Amino acid sequence: MLNRIFALMIKEFLALLKDKRSRTVIIVPPLLQLIVFGYAATYDLNRVPYAIYNEDPGAASRELAARMEGSPTFHLVADLQNDSQIAPMINARKALMILHMGPHFTRDLLLDQSSKLQVIVDGRNSNTAMLALGYVRNIVSRFSEQWASEHGGVRPPARLNIRTWFNPNLESRWFIVPGIVGLLTLVVTLLVTALSVAREREAGTFDQLLVTPLHPVEILLGKVMPGFIIGSIEASFIILVAVFWFHVPLLGSLTALYTGLFLFLLSAIGVGLMISSIAVTQQQGLLGAFLFLVPSIILSGFATPIANMPPFMQDLTLLNPMRYFLVIIRSVFLEGGSVSLLWPQYWPMAVIGMVNLSIAAWLFRHRLY
Amino acid sequence: MKTMKHPDSTRRSAGMRLHGMIRKETLQILRDPSSIAIAFVLPLVLLLIFGYGVSLDAEHVPIALVVEHPSAQTSSLTSAFYHSPYFDPTGYPHIRQAEEALREKKVDGIVWLRDNFGGETLSAGRSPVGVFVNGVDANNARIIQGYMEGVWAKWLEQFSAAQGMSVEMPVTLEQRIWFNPGLRSRDYLVPGLIAVIMTLIGALLTAMVVAREWERGTMEALMVTPVSVREILLGKIIPYFILGMGGMLLSVAMAVWLFQVPLRGSLWVLLGTSALFLLVALGMGLLISTLAKNQFMAGQVAIITTFLPAFILSGFIFDIGSMPAAIQWITRLIGARYFVAILQTVFLAGHVWPVILANSLALLIMGVIFLALVKRRTQKRLE
Repeated sequence: MLNRIFALMIKEFLALLKDKRSRTVIIVPPLLQLIVFGYAATYDLNRVPYAIYNEDPGAASRELAARMEGSPTFHLVADLQNDSQIAPMINARKALMILHMGPHFTRDLLLDQSSKLQVIVDGRNSNTAMLALGYVRNIVSRFSEQWASEHGGVRPPARLNIRTWFNPNLESRWFIVPGIVGLLTLVVTLLVTALSVAREREAGTFDQLLVTPLHPVEILLGKVMPGFIIGSIEASFIILVAVFWFHVPLLGSLTALYTGLFLFLLSAIGVGLMISSIAVTQQQGLLGAFLFLVPSIILSGFATPIANMPPFMQDLTLLNPMRYFLVIIRSVFLEGGSVSLLWPQYWPMAVIGMVNLSIAAWLFRHRLY
Repeated sequence: MKTMKHPDSTRRSAGMRLHGMIRKETLQILRDPSSIAIAFVLPLVLLLIFGYGVSLDAEHVPIALVVEHPSAQTSSLTSAFYHSPYFDPTGYPHIRQAEEALREKKVDGIVWLRDNFGGETLSAGRSPVGVFVNGVDANNARIIQGYMEGVWAKWLEQFSAAQGMSVEMPVTLEQRIWFNPGLRSRDYLVPGLIAVIMTLIGALLTAMVVAREWERGTMEALMVTPVSVREILLGKIIPYFILGMGGMLLSVAMAVWLFQVPLRGSLWVLLGTSALFLLVALGMGLLISTLAKNQFMAGQVAIITTFLPAFILSGFIFDIGSMPAAIQWITRLIGARYFVAILQTVFLAGHVWPVILANSLALLIMGVIFLALVKRRTQKRLE
């Protein structure tokens, strides 16, 4: 029996890797995408274009402007001279933000200890707008405190003493890059499995397989193994890049990580093979792969938190294997998660995988077409 | 052969041939309902999932409140947290239990009012309140911190006013947020999603159609007919273009009526730019289909090159301006990037011609390049 499965496995590998272009498609793009996405997918702001409209001749406004210029988060693109220049700058997205200081900024500050800084922000991307405002608020309140302490006046009010756990500098790359491990592993596994049965069905070779002495379970194992081997090799490589190239700390145990990876591959291959056995044509297989891939990435918590979704959507995410794997991989990387802590994430993936594989094996013989 | 005919009859038969090609493709579409499903069911399902599933607005964040020494002041601060729509607080008797809850992800943050909270510590620029936030999701953590600072500042202001003190800082920030004053993330995400979804649909519709003909040998059959390459391609593009525009209209209608995203620009500008983008998306699908020898390969390439790049590199969720320069260059190759910029502007800001025209031009160039490549590759393979 082992011999037969092994032979089938070899045949599957040949079908996938024999053609040079097909080999390239499975190996090169995921690795390229890892590097590109690793750098691209970040919520941290960098060189945000802004303009200053300073009507005040005084020293205070100049000092505040200098503080903005000194911040690496912001990048000064223009010095405006009048009101009418503001709208075109923002509308054409030349600047995300305009800082406006009125003609009496310094005078008011000296006389009344109170002045206003007007900030106009492009809200088209509300997340960027909110983050940029947060940075400006920080710069302004540091300026205010220093001004107050130099010129005597209101003492700064009590503040919250905020500490962040697991990611002290709030680098969003630490959050996103482990997510990309899950993302690309899913894509590669689907690439290998989702069209494999449909292609044989269309070519008629699947019927030939069915009349051989191979048991459906053996066919299933022969189809599962290539996905497993290719998926785990690529995932391991991506994990290495995350650790040594992007320097994301890996605090937890590799056992916990690889138990998760094993179960995740099992469930992803299960879904891929099921799609493939339902599909009559390859086009339907491709459609099925997308219909699974896209929602499972959106509803995994990869880019936006699951907790922000409406309750029925949150329940829907429970069917998504990627959701569990992302919790595992982030927890192992950043929080030092262990097998016992992650147990609630492991078993749903095992269930999803087993159910899908059983359906796929059953469909091998019972699919009507 | 052609030159011998009267030019008018050539034109007429060319029209007939094109008509025939379009009819053939249309019949193929109608007989395998999967194309119609792609054009109409897919946008519906995806926009529902995306529209509800993608949100950066945190609400009801579970947090732990630890009060070491209850007093009138602590209870007024905790009630400020209880009344905030952003938080869903649970009281914990001791910081150690709260830390345990944070570690087990039962809460996303802890607000710890220490035993010296009150009177003296509230005014002297000290920090009597400790806050811990789970920073794994850095963006979310930053948003939660912002909300916490907001609750705190508001409470402190009321508290100081009641005591007859002023906490106003020398410089106050007066913020004006244009286009989306409520900072609803859905208003900018939904227009961007339309671009991502249309990329998928365009590619899915056409990625396999040429490869399928090659694989089945029907392309050779087409080649021996008088139909020219241009007519074959037009015959493939026109029906799918009409299907795609239908899907696009459906998406826009859902964005406006279901998700209540304001549409400040005109529908005509939206449709015009959508048509351009659809040409790019269909052109890309056809190119994949033409270059790949078989459907298997075309399917794999379509999975890799469409969804993830449009999702991550189009600026729909991650800010392109903050990416490293080299990556910013790569984003220029992604058609969705230009369409996202157009959609966000047309929906939220209206007709800002510099943005619309520059990005439309980029789309036009991309579309022409894709279609020219498709035409060239198809001709070469005839020989």
